[in-house]
Amino acid sequence: MAASKGLKILVGCKRVIDYAVKVRVKPDRSGVVTEGVKHSMNPFDEIAVEEAVRMKEKKLAGEAVAISVGPPQSQETLRTALAMGIDRAIHVEIPLAQLEKLQPIHVSKLLAKVCESEKPDLVILGKQAIDDDCNQTGQMLAALLDWPQATFASKIEPSQTIDVSVPAVVTSDLRLNEPRYATLPNIMKAKKKPLAKMSPDQLGVDLQPRQEVISVEDPPVRKAGAKVESVEDLVGKLREKGLVK
Amino acid sequence: FQASRAASLLPQLLLRRRPASAGAFALLARPASSASGGLPPLTTEIHPGIKRGAFSQLTDADVSAFEAIVGGDHVIKDADEVLSYNIDWLRICRGQGQLVLRPKTTEEVSAIVRHCNKRRLAVVPQGGNTGLVGGSVPLFDEIVISTSRMNSLLSIDPVSGVLVAEAGCVLEQLDREAASQGLMMPLDLGAKGSCQIGGNLATNAGGLRLLRYGSLRGTTLGLEAVLPTGQVLDCLTTLRKDNTGYDIKQLLIGSEGTLGIITKAAILCPARPKSVQLAFLGLDSFQAVLDTYRLARRSLGEILSAFEFIDSESMRAVKQNLGLSCPLGEHSFYVLAETSGSNETHDREKLDGFIESVMSMDGCATDGTVAQDAGQFAHLWSLRERIVESLLVDGYEYKYDVSLPLADIYRLVEHMRTRLDGRVIRTAGYGHLGDGNLHLNFTTPKFDAKVLELIEPHVFDWVRDRRGSVSAEHGLGLKKSQYIRHSKADFAVRVMAEVKRLLDPNGIMNPYKSIWIIWPLM
Repeated sequence: MAASKGLKILVGCKRVIDYAVKVRVKPDRSGVVTEGVKHSMNPFDEIAVEEAVRMKEKKLAGEAVAISVGPPQSQETLRTALAMGIDRAIHVEIPLAQLEKLQPIHVSKLLAKVCESEKPDLVILGKQAIDDDCNQTGQMLAALLDWPQATFASKIEPSQTIDVSVPAVVTSDLRLNEPRYATLPNIMKAKKKPLAKMSPDQLGVDLQPRQEVISVEDPPVRKAGAKVESVEDLVGKLREKGLVK
Repeated sequence: FQASRAASLLPQLLLRRRPASAGAFALLARPASSASGGLPPLTTEIHPGIKRGAFSQLTDADVSAFEAIVGGDHVIKDADEVLSYNIDWLRICRGQGQLVLRPKTTEEVSAIVRHCNKRRLAVVPQGGNTGLVGGSVPLFDEIVISTSRMNSLLSIDPVSGVLVAEAGCVLEQLDREAASQGLMMPLDLGAKGSCQIGGNLATNAGGLRLLRYGSLRGTTLGLEAVLPTGQVLDCLTTLRKDNTGYDIKQLLIGSEGTLGIITKAAILCPARPKSVQLAFLGLDSFQAVLDTYRLARRSLGEILSAFEFIDSESMRAVKQNLGLSCPLGEHSFYVLAETSGSNETHDREKLDGFIESVMSMDGCATDGTVAQDAGQFAHLWSLRERIVESLLVDGYEYKYDVSLPLADIYRLVEHMRTRLDGRVIRTAGYGHLGDGNLHLNFTTPKFDAKVLELIEPHVFDWVRDRRGSVSAEHGLGLKKSQYIRHSKADFAVRVMAEVKRLLDPNGIMNPYKSIWIIWPLM
């Protein structure tokens, strides 16, 4: 374990479409509508941020740094993390043109590069993002760094028998904690906390897409079911549909 | 790539932060005869002074006539089913109606009312039955005419923003339909999951966003109603401007079902805001609340869409009785300031400016938060929208809704709290500060006539002496009908009675409610 200074934690935050928004597919079926739609921090990342802040409060961690890979608006997501108690933030800005083709493989490579310079003891990521549900970045990052990984964590605490030795990658699950509200004094303080900007070129990571989105469609509309009054009815209907002889 | 949320995620997230629009009212089923709290006392027992009007008694021939109009399935005679239509949402009234009719069309309503008028049978129009002054349930054996089956959305015009719907449409559903066209209903209230637009109009419902979008008197372009004689009044225009003659629909709006049954409405819907922000503040004096309001109007001006205040007693009720958590510490007052605008960046900037000003304001310890996502937004609003529900848990709730000059609003709460000290579980004050509208509630484990005596008419006299309104938005209903002269000049009340006599010569339409106090004089 680290010395009395406490662990250095790096927390990943992704800006996603707010979970309560009804997502609409673009008419050309190339993706979903994001223009003018409410975005906020990925709920699992909120939990990751909360965990890092709690570890700081418990003096297990000395410094917590938030990082986000995304468009210019990701800065707002980072400000939220800062308002919750994170010390400083790093924004790896992705130009809009490359944003849609960004994959977990790219994100994990970018994070790995940042880890080389920041040298955190613990990286906490949300287990998955609610827009793509990939659930890959944490695992890929651990593999790239050759660090142990503890995914879907529902509790993080130091123990005598260290199950996962630091440095390590942890991904947060829903039950890990309940994220706090950012209070006003902290929202104001967050504006003054350091937020560094970087580009993928600076980190020497190639963002060539490995996948191509062919089309995006709505899930099929659920057809109404039918109620039957008796077993005979049920058998009759199954016969009608040719499902039984 | 499926454009859908992982199904497993969503229910858990929703459980964690319950959306207020799930509807505090939608979650509470209509009271059944075996409800845990027991049945409320008969309204006639609480108000023994009110005598049954000279109306006819229901006969089998009448029932057959109704069955011929709406069909046997939609005539409810079974005592257990009828009971739920006789009890109001607050469970402070229980009527003795024997019959409920559920028509589907304006023609059916017209035929029913024509029959009742001919036979001198009293009727009560009922929508969502979420009224708070006992105006939507029978007192004696009035026939309930429910608009619940008249629930078709007739049209939405995305260009003009005009929505035309039948009176039985639930407000929340209309709002969802409007949302699909980039519009929103111009009113919003805690009861949205159950209340119907007809009832909203009949009570001239105010709600949380009157501050921004104005009252239904401005946003209702037209309506269709069945008058007490059974005649259909067609004022259902979708025109924004029409100054041809007297605007009769304004008589029906706010008439609480005593001048006719509204069957259709045309509402002007504003554009749905692209960016809605919510600041939640903790303050330690009512003066700080007033100063914050002044600041909000100056810094947030055109984007301010709601300004509500909650006192510490109300917050205690939602925490203790409903288990909701408040993200701020203990404060004497809490304020919800909401903005609605077309540009998130601009609005966040304005909100940040407002917050910086609030925090550098002298004289109050400021604590607060800004909702970061939809879940926090819904949770913070639920702390205000579910206060009524939380007070009901105490047992019996005495509700008051008054308009007062801003400076007097909390003085009334403090005055009544002192007066009722030791006699009630709590005295809670909260409301639409931006509209000068205080909601003042007292709770006791069971109905206590002595407590009621201490409250009424004292609280109304206090309001009258400061030229306030004894009912800002809830209406007179049954509960406040006798206090109309506290806020209206006697001659004005007489003119109202003339209108009533003109439109309802037999007095069958929702008797004992609203301006009923004047009736015996006619």
